[in-house]
Amino acid sequence: MAEVVWGLATSHVPSIGAAMDRGKTETPDWRGLFDGYAPAREWLAQHRPDVAVVVYNDHANGIDLDVVPTFAIGTAEHYAVADEGFGRRPVPDVVGDADLSLHLVESLVDEGFDLTVFQELEVDHGLTVPLSVWTPDPGDAWPCPVVPLLVNVIQYPQPTAARCYALGQALGRAIASYPVDAKVAVLGTGGMSHQLAGARAGLINPEFDAMFLEAIEKDPEKLARIPRADYIRDAGSEGIEMIMWLIMRGAMNERVEKVHSHYFVPASNTAAAIALFDNRAPQDA
Amino acid sequence: MSAVAPSGPPDVPGTPVFDGRTSRRGLRMNRMFMSLRTAAARERFSADEAAYCAEFGLSPAQREAVVARDWQAMIDEGGSIFYVYKLALVDGRSMQYLGGVFTGTSEAEFVAAMRAGGHRHG
Repeated sequence: MAEVVWGLATSHVPSIGAAMDRGKTETPDWRGLFDGYAPAREWLAQHRPDVAVVVYNDHANGIDLDVVPTFAIGTAEHYAVADEGFGRRPVPDVVGDADLSLHLVESLVDEGFDLTVFQELEVDHGLTVPLSVWTPDPGDAWPCPVVPLLVNVIQYPQPTAARCYALGQALGRAIASYPVDAKVAVLGTGGMSHQLAGARAGLINPEFDAMFLEAIEKDPEKLARIPRADYIRDAGSEGIEMIMWLIMRGAMNERVEKVHSHYFVPASNTAAAIALFDNRAPQDA
Repeated sequence: MSAVAPSGPPDVPGTPVFDGRTSRRGLRMNRMFMSLRTAAARERFSADEAAYCAEFGLSPAQREAVVARDWQAMIDEGGSIFYVYKLALVDGRSMQYLGGVFTGTSEAEFVAAMRAGGHRHG
């Protein structure tokens, strides 16, 4: 049977990818962010999974506003990297795992999560930047196949934090019931606090972010109880995308072991963080 | 069984919430923004911006906002910031530039404010 081996939460700010693509990771503006990635990257290089589920949102690249699925999943064998308008990132296309995707669709629909299915999908920075945070030099291919799981965090009403956490828990059960001996990683992306438009543009809320970083490890149910409006007020109209971390966390065990976390301001207009959790921590009997 | 009506989008001062009504209002304009991902579309747009907007069925107010690069008006007329950003890219503008526009500062001032920890909540 398959097993979730680790979970990674990371911001997916496009400029993080651009800094890597343009060799700017050692500049004064960026060094603090990338130095903070190093311990996680070292651990991840030693813990390569067989497949990864990446929870993310699209930003007007792979999908438009004609159809706004609250939750969706890709079922393809291959996902091309989107050209977002400034040339596609010089990173490998993404190999899918259609068998796992189809297993997850059936399991999750049976659990009451009626996912939209993408048979074709171009993936944007929301998915490729987290892969780059994990693997800065992928060469010709990312470390493993990827299943994209998309969340509407752009158009209100976004799913509630509680629903995201419940989806994560169902995802964990679905992975555990996959009859293939596979090590599975789960990535929750986005955040942390930020707001791109309006008079509050540039909002950063380090107190909320610190609370969230602590609770995502130790008390995710507390985060699941936070109302949507509070996320918008406290983390910003775009900071609400942190609810995607709860899907990752829900798929993991009650007790996880934090490998590394790091918080940095700013990644362009955003507070950025990384948090890596080992899912093989001892559990209470 | 009690029926509870949803509360609707929150009213947070200085915070445009891109909700369903906003998305209805901005649908055609946002489609137009998204089309600008390809070089061929950007060239056609730049050759005659108003005509390109007309092709996508923008309202006069949306068209005027686009042609005048009135970024705040684009948001007010239903633009999603992620879609509006595609137009900024055509102009070689950054998200920090837009942040400056929305907060009434220059791009340099906005960048400096972010490096100083951002606009603190509260």
